[in-house]
Amino acid sequence: MSAIIEAEHVTKVFGSPREASRALFMIGEGVARNLIRERTGCLVAVENVSLSVESGELFVLMGLSGSGKSTFLRCLNGIVNPTSGAVTIAGITLNARERGQLIGLRRQYLTMVFQQFGLLPHRTVRDNAGFGLEIQGKSSKEREPAVMDALDRVGLKAWANSYPHELSGGMQQRVGLARALATGAPVLLMDEPFSALDPLIRREMQDELLRLQRELGRSIVFVTHDLNEAMKLGDRIGIMREGALVQVGTSEEILSNPADQYVAQFVEDIDRSRALNAGAIMRDAGALLATMGPRQAVRRMRQVGLSSAFVVERDNRLLGILRVDRAVTAIGQGADSIRSLIDDIVLTASPDDAVVEVARGVATEKVPAAVIDEQRRLLGIVTWVDIVATISGLPLGDGDSSTSGGDS
Amino acid sequence: MPQLPIALWANSFVSWMSTHLAALFLVISGIIKGADSVFNTLFVDASWILMLAIFVLIALAVRGWSSAVATIMGGLLIQNMSLWTTTMSTLALVITSGIFALAVGIPLGIWAGQTERARTVIRPILDFMQTMPPFVYLIPAVLFFSLGAVPAVFATFVFAVPPVIRLTELGLRQVPSELVEAGEAFGATTGQLLVKIKLPQATPSILAGVNQTIMLALSMVVIAGMIGAGGLGGTVLQGISTLDAGLGFTGGLAVVLMAIYLDRMTERLGQGGLWISSVIGLLNKSPKTNTF
Repeated sequence: MSAIIEAEHVTKVFGSPREASRALFMIGEGVARNLIRERTGCLVAVENVSLSVESGELFVLMGLSGSGKSTFLRCLNGIVNPTSGAVTIAGITLNARERGQLIGLRRQYLTMVFQQFGLLPHRTVRDNAGFGLEIQGKSSKEREPAVMDALDRVGLKAWANSYPHELSGGMQQRVGLARALATGAPVLLMDEPFSALDPLIRREMQDELLRLQRELGRSIVFVTHDLNEAMKLGDRIGIMREGALVQVGTSEEILSNPADQYVAQFVEDIDRSRALNAGAIMRDAGALLATMGPRQAVRRMRQVGLSSAFVVERDNRLLGILRVDRAVTAIGQGADSIRSLIDDIVLTASPDDAVVEVARGVATEKVPAAVIDEQRRLLGIVTWVDIVATISGLPLGDGDSSTSGGDS
Repeated sequence: MPQLPIALWANSFVSWMSTHLAALFLVISGIIKGADSVFNTLFVDASWILMLAIFVLIALAVRGWSSAVATIMGGLLIQNMSLWTTTMSTLALVITSGIFALAVGIPLGIWAGQTERARTVIRPILDFMQTMPPFVYLIPAVLFFSLGAVPAVFATFVFAVPPVIRLTELGLRQVPSELVEAGEAFGATTGQLLVKIKLPQATPSILAGVNQTIMLALSMVVIAGMIGAGGLGGTVLQGISTLDAGLGFTGGLAVVLMAIYLDRMTERLGQGGLWISSVIGLLNKSPKTNTF
């Protein structure tokens, strides 16, 4: 993977050019933002933000209103021209003075989705979705396949001839999404795209975005003020406060290790059971090999103090679960491998499943959940202790290994 | 305190223009005369029944049955007052000056809506044009173009052009910023932004400007009767000078009927406001308005 978006020390000051350069100097001297405002009348919207977004990454910029996240997003496609600093997209550094370069860059690499959708009311869904290609000079016949493909992906093919006002908010934003997808640009900038939607529709759209992202693997910078949304969507999250980037990290990193008091306050209110997924809280499985003898298996279980253990093949594929009582009985009967003793009805979870989804099964079945990948390889286990520790906000990571499995 | 010779300056400016720009005025005069005579031929020389039929059809298409019936009644009333020909020559003047005002006003409005500098230049000029009493325009118009239809069209143009400039500019500036950003984000050039996003969004506002410009043109064309433009203005003027209240009233009534018709036919364009009241206010006559 390589960085497709690179922002270096981007600062944006709103104000007259002369006052702005004074404000810029004051930023360098470390003068506080509101003091700069008082003395120069300039608003420091973005202050010295550096970050890079990898190709195929979904990066979420999180912050309250006025934190400069939307302004920073607009610096990335040059709609806002940074007062200082540089933005590089796919190796090309934006230069506001070269309008041709900027337009070419936007057409080829960048696309955007807006909070209020930004659809043209006098155009049909089809013509809205084809807007980006139309701007590039493609005839309606040339753009038809890409437009219909994009509308198909967001589930609006049947609505191609409708007008935006005939659609619900969620559907309108799907059109906005289709318009962005149709150009095929690798970078997608999303400015609070779901904030104007009802909670239920919002969740649906979040799932839809994750699905599209799995299919298409675009590079996305997603702006939101909702930390739950950020945690759900972001591969990495950047938290902005008063124009500055205060922390960048995965949701686990931010939850378990907030950079400062401000982030900690945010994190306090977060619904951890939804924000974190099984992959983040799982622990080492301590799995048994199917070729082991029952005596060895019991010894291993005694060592770690578990009453059951998952059993895998040599390639780490999950076979099932072995309970200690069955193993002990088998020793008496003189079995030489545990393969025949395995109970193959097990609770499994994908590493992307939110903790709350895993919790339901673990609570009712009273067994730990096996976290497996698509090839059924065992990645780790989630026990009831892990879940309770997560929700109560205790430090994450491998818990102490003396706690027993799901039956505690 | 010495008096500033502003009147003197204005005089010498106007006389400077009429001597040095004579060639330009000649060209303008030719163009106006040509356009006016075309419309005069169309409206005045055609049989009144044919013209009325066309008006009724337009009313039917734009607004529907009740408007069409009202148009028939209004037309018959004008014909009955023996003012049909006079009304048609006024309509020719309105359309001529309206077309010039729109042809100049819409591009100027677009320019003002696109650049800050154009806006700062155009704004005070518009303020000046709109607050100067309309009669004042008649004086240089006569000096440049002597009497008749041409100075009338010129003065009318000056009086009627501001609203369409203002409303075109306003329409462009009121386009939601998210739509403009959407255009920019997808790599639209300035021209594409204008044609594909701003103008379609500004259309209702521009059309409201068209409506108001045409209504102002009508009011000014009547005033221009004072400089020999003929038409209904001439009728009203004759009524005033002979103290013939009846003649003045019939002329005024014909103006009202025409104003209502033009307003109703053009307001649908942009859902524009009612300008009848201001037209009547300018005429300083207040017969009761019948709303169709």
